[in-house]
Amino acid sequence: MSTFIPAFSDLNAATAIYDHTILAGDHWVHEVKRGQTLRIVDLEGNQAADTLFYNAHDPLERYSASDTIRHQAALYLTTGTRLMSTRGNPLLTIVADTCGNHDTLGGACSRESNVMRYAFDKEPMHACRDSFIRGVQCWSHGLGKRDITCNINFFMNVPVSPDGQLRFADGVSGPGYYVEMRAEMDVIALISNCPQLNNPCNAYNPTPVQVLIWD
Amino acid sequence: MTDPIYTLDLSGAGMWSRIIGRHKTLRLTDLEGGANIGMLLYHASERHERYNMPDTLKGQHIFYLRAPYCLHSDMGRILASITQDTTGWHDTVCGGSDAALVRQKFGDKTFQTARNDFHRNARECFLIELSKWGLGERDLVPNLNWFSKVVADEAGRLSFVSGHSKAGDHVDLRFEMDTLVVLNTCPHPLDPDPAYHPRPVRLEVFRNDPPAADDPSFTVRPENARAWRNTEDFYLLAQ
Ligand SMILES: [Zn+2]
Repeated sequence: MSTFIPAFSDLNAATAIYDHTILAGDHWVHEVKRGQTLRIVDLEGNQAADTLFYNAHDPLERYSASDTIRHQAALYLTTGTRLMSTRGNPLLTIVADTCGNHDTLGGACSRESNVMRYAFDKEPMHACRDSFIRGVQCWSHGLGKRDITCNINFFMNVPVSPDGQLRFADGVSGPGYYVEMRAEMDVIALISNCPQLNNPCNAYNPTPVQVLIWD
Repeated sequence: MTDPIYTLDLSGAGMWSRIIGRHKTLRLTDLEGGANIGMLLYHASERHERYNMPDTLKGQHIFYLRAPYCLHSDMGRILASITQDTTGWHDTVCGGSDAALVRQKFGDKTFQTARNDFHRNARECFLIELSKWGLGERDLVPNLNWFSKVVADEAGRLSFVSGHSKAGDHVDLRFEMDTLVVLNTCPHPLDPDPAYHPRPVRLEVFRNDPPAADDPSFTVRPENARAWRNTEDFYLLAQ
């Protein structure tokens, strides 16, 4: 990742039609229309924005980690990556990225996986998959746990070595880093701004992220 | 192990789904070499609980699977443990082929012209079998690809390793939960073979003794010991 060249955006925050700050631990659901641009800003650095996308008109079609990996034959997401659906259609294309490395292997934390990964006494802690469940329930359409699939972790660094080891490494993001994507169809974006307190990669300090949308 | 209680030779581009109870082992054998088995797993009675690629990878700090590693569900439990494996590497991240990919790589080959040698794809095979158990598109998640090796370079670019699995190679999955097993034998989506060449596999099921806490699958990572305890707790309460 040492040769990463940031791809900056021409868009000005003052002209955005939508601007919202998602506090640490909150969920956020919002429509992004085809042709609109969504920017996610890592306000304080090394915060994981756990993100899912659905076809706004047919939520059975949704983001697919394995289709995205297979289509680009690559693990990490950055400028130029097309985020693919479970039906093999592009949902969004990443058009700007100042961070350089976004993960789609690590999934979202959950109360159940916190027990498995860390310790039995972590079970009561707030976790992303509970936020995702509340998010799709708020959007309605009768969605629930079955509809929570393997997500994107924007700003997360999960390197895989050529011998097949996988690590949760220190972040490569920083305050104000952002990723921007253009919607290729009308999509619903669902973000769980991760409340993970067990993983050192955010210095045990979950922080807000900002979302901006342009026409 | 003793004699299998079930044996089936599955043709290339075939599909299969059954419930396999805990304390049974499924042996998958690559009969000709170069096979690929796409697989999805669901808790047999609570089918919203399913195999979870991220939890399996981050729980074991590994990007591929081999013995003595485990297949984790999204509920902090272990669906199955890999107790024997002669290949040492199985892909977990590339998913399966779909109709567009098969058409683009191999051209159209319909039933009208090819009868039962027509081109099938992994996605449609999964959807057909899932439907028979009340499941569907909502339940499609990243699947396992047994016998296929895909490696990543430092930049995360993937390449398929041809010739990885040989005739007679096998992998044993010991089920720790009652599990709905859904599989197909369509080619791996990144296999560069220019010919559509799905390979046959043998499925055999054996009975096994319940594992002990010092089983290699549970001691290889401390996460697996906790996940196994969650699994035992589930059956302690449910049965
Ligand atoms: Zn989280």
